Amino acid sequence: MKVTMTVNGKSRSGEVEGRTLLVNFLRETLNLTGTHVGCDTSQCGACVVHVNGQAVKSCTMLAAEADGADVKTVEGMANADGSLSVIQQAFQDHHGLQCGFCTPGMVMSAAALLKENPKPTEAEVRHYLEGNICRCTGYHNIVKAVMAASGQDVSNIAAE
Amino acid sequence: MPKDHGIGASIKRREDVRFLTGAGNYTDDINIRGQAYVYFLRSDVAHGKLNKVDTTAASAMPGVVRIFTGADFAGVGGLPCGWQVTDRHGQPMKEPGHPVLAQGKVRHVGDPIAAIVADTLEQARDAAEAIELDIEELPAVVDMKAAVKDGSALVHDDIGSNLCYDWGFVEENKAAVDEAIKNAAHVTTLELVNNRLVANPMEPRVCVGDYSRATDDYTLYTTSQNPHVIRLLMGAFVLGIPEHKLRVVAPDVGGGFGTKIFHYAEEAFCTFAAKACNRPVKWTASRSEAFMSDAHGRDHVTKIELALDKDNNFTAIRTETYANMGAYLSTFAPSVPTWLHGTLMAGNYRTPVIYVNVKAVFTNTVPVDAYRGAGRPEATFQIERVIDQAARELGVDPIALRRQNFIKPDQFPYQTPVAVAYDTGNYDATMDRLIEMADIAGFAKRRKASEAKGKLRGLGVNCYIEACGIAPSNLVGQLGARAGLYESATVRVNATGGIVVMTGSHSHGQGHETAFPQVIAEMLGIDESMVEVVHGDTSKAPMGMGTYGSRSLAVGGSAMVRATEKILRKAKKIAAHLMEASEGDIEVKDGRFHVAGTDKSVAWGDVTLAAYVPHNYPLEDIEPGLEETAFYDPSNFTYPAGAYACEVELDPETGKVTIERFAAADDFGNVVNPMIVEGQVHGGIAQGVGQALLEGAVYDANGQLLTGSYMDYAMPRATDVPFYQVDHSCATPCTHNPLGVKGCGEAGAIGSPPAVVNAVLDALNSGGIKVAHIDMPVSPSRVWSAIQKAKA
Repeated sequence: MKVTMTVNGKSRSGEVEGRTLLVNFLRETLNLTGTHVGCDTSQCGACVVHVNGQAVKSCTMLAAEADGADVKTVEGMANADGSLSVIQQAFQDHHGLQCGFCTPGMVMSAAALLKENPKPTEAEVRHYLEGNICRCTGYHNIVKAVMAASGQDVSNIAAE
Repeated sequence: MPKDHGIGASIKRREDVRFLTGAGNYTDDINIRGQAYVYFLRSDVAHGKLNKVDTTAASAMPGVVRIFTGADFAGVGGLPCGWQVTDRHGQPMKEPGHPVLAQGKVRHVGDPIAAIVADTLEQARDAAEAIELDIEELPAVVDMKAAVKDGSALVHDDIGSNLCYDWGFVEENKAAVDEAIKNAAHVTTLELVNNRLVANPMEPRVCVGDYSRATDDYTLYTTSQNPHVIRLLMGAFVLGIPEHKLRVVAPDVGGGFGTKIFHYAEEAFCTFAAKACNRPVKWTASRSEAFMSDAHGRDHVTKIELALDKDNNFTAIRTETYANMGAYLSTFAPSVPTWLHGTLMAGNYRTPVIYVNVKAVFTNTVPVDAYRGAGRPEATFQIERVIDQAARELGVDPIALRRQNFIKPDQFPYQTPVAVAYDTGNYDATMDRLIEMADIAGFAKRRKASEAKGKLRGLGVNCYIEACGIAPSNLVGQLGARAGLYESATVRVNATGGIVVMTGSHSHGQGHETAFPQVIAEMLGIDESMVEVVHGDTSKAPMGMGTYGSRSLAVGGSAMVRATEKILRKAKKIAAHLMEASEGDIEVKDGRFHVAGTDKSVAWGDVTLAAYVPHNYPLEDIEPGLEETAFYDPSNFTYPAGAYACEVELDPETGKVTIERFAAADDFGNVVNPMIVEGQVHGGIAQGVGQALLEGAVYDANGQLLTGSYMDYAMPRATDVPFYQVDHSCATPCTHNPLGVKGCGEAGAIGSPPAVVNAVLDALNSGGIKVAHIDMPVSPSRVWSAIQKAKA
């Protein structure tokens, strides 16, 4: 079947099977390989994208379900001039990524969190990111980056 | 004022931009025109005789290109093991075959039986269901101690037992150790399980094989920490492809943690099938497949005895360990419980005699090999748990007991009784720093506050030492390694002054693309942005051994320094010629070559241009061009060490443990990029906390993997860990590599599990309950059960 959706502001169409997952449509059909697949039980969050403004694990949604939707992936997160957005920049500034594989999902989840809750506490950040697994950073710098992106002073975190 | 340039500066990572914008290039992002997909039909029983694998009907299914079984690999080599351990009696370990696809028997859940290549993955999967299998199930070998008893079923019939080796170290010291234990004033004994873990890098393994009929060249794209090692093992031992016809590329790799060191069957298969099918062949592991095919880690069962004299000095350590090898020997599996474990049993202490016995056992489980720390976490856990228990039994302060037995700063270099000689260290300094950072003075007050809420609070402190910078080739050769463990770098200076460093080290999260240029920038006085790092491609970098064992900077970085020194020597000759000065008078400062004591200078770019446009050039003396290669083989291991403290709150009603504080004081020697180093420690701590509280791969008695997905295997999540305090200011630089660096990648995972478990036991014992030990993962149910048992 044919599906059409707005992806990162552009109308995109493609032929999919009924069983095609949104993540596969993004990666294989649209070649938007920033969205990653890290598990097969919807646990890891590497595949988080925004569908109609909501954070969604794109491995839990069929491409057909997203027909007509407005989808945003990590490729659409930078500013119009190509510079890193506030959240992306905070991840770089605070070393919130290492291997980079979970990063797109983390960035998309963090963006959704800050939209809902512009000044989250540490506990709120940790709770919100429970569905995103990172094996590299121990979460320390991810939580710090998200709090910094919300405009909070993180200079005293874990100060000795 | 912190540095903003060169060695010691926390420069932001340049690789982040591509990862943050979705522009990374991971193996699964690679698609080659015309590629087919492979799906592996894997055994769902742990142990069985393969009576029939009938692919007739499946081969006729839509889209199927070809189906391969073990028979197709009869003329091909098996997967080789890279390390041969010699047992207590001087005999080589048992080394059974490891076929690419199962032949005759299946030996673990996940063992690949057939490989279906089809136009699409869905077609390959559908066809797999049409393969007719007749597997005669055999009794599964799961428990290690039962596996080595007479009458056990055999994982490999041809070797006559399930014992891979029975290793003793140091065998000549055994009698002295037995004597010391007999004569001890006190002996503390613990039986410990080091739980089986699954490394779980977030990127599952992927490979794409490609073959060119035009040139008879093969290319394998694979998720590897060491593409040259894969080229060597697969080319020379499995498929018989010479290295000049085989290119292995490991592009962006989404984490490794050890499990992407090894050569896997799927790599050999995709390379082989690309030629057999005359199409590129791609395989992407699902997470479920990763759980049953990635090499697992740890899985030791140990009895440790620590002997002390009447003054509480350690007099001997004796251990007996059963180490699980799984069903086949993975690439470096035999070295982990032996040379990466036994040699670390002195820890940070002056124990005069030590004897370590390790029985490596085959079972019907996934192969077990190196996982972050590899042998050193197992050693550290035993030492630091038994010291804590000894302190409790003797009624002395656990920190004081450690200090009393520390190797003292003036005793370095220190020859341990377990072969290795530590070059530098200052264990009192890291302990002092830790006590301050962790605010141990304030612990009693925090405990009172917890108790007022009906909770228990515990403090766990421990030390660790590791051997990194793996490794002196001549030494490891004597110990059974079948490879050298040097590293390489080519430094190519271009005509306009930009530099490309081609390194055998591989970055899969460690930030080499940022940190390596900092070293060269420091040496040449140029900006980091002029240096680019190329890695992960055997067609570009010289033969190198890759990234593991916290070796990249200590060994790969040292190779880069050596190559850059050669560049500098030649560049100085060119500069001297250009300025008609003596070579000995040339100094390098801020990217310019100066004649000492004069105002004469030439820019870096003038020198590099002269090297490639040699019109005014000492051609009779030196060749044109500016490119140098160095191979660096370390003369010793490096010995990072430190002290860790964990503070937990424990709910005695539920057994739930919460980590309230975690502090790490590490000695990594010199540090190139502190931000990256701290990030490595954070990640290591989380993995250690995961091992201590959450993670555990569990097999049932039939060899079924019960923890085969993230639904059952508990990965640490953001809510499971606190902010960590980390410090690396107590630095004693390594004495034998040019950067004075020791390595930081594994420390967190090595140092943290005993801190967490010691803290839990401290909490429990503070509540008037006597508990000597709880096995990891220290889950709420285990804690609760221990409380109930102690009360009963």
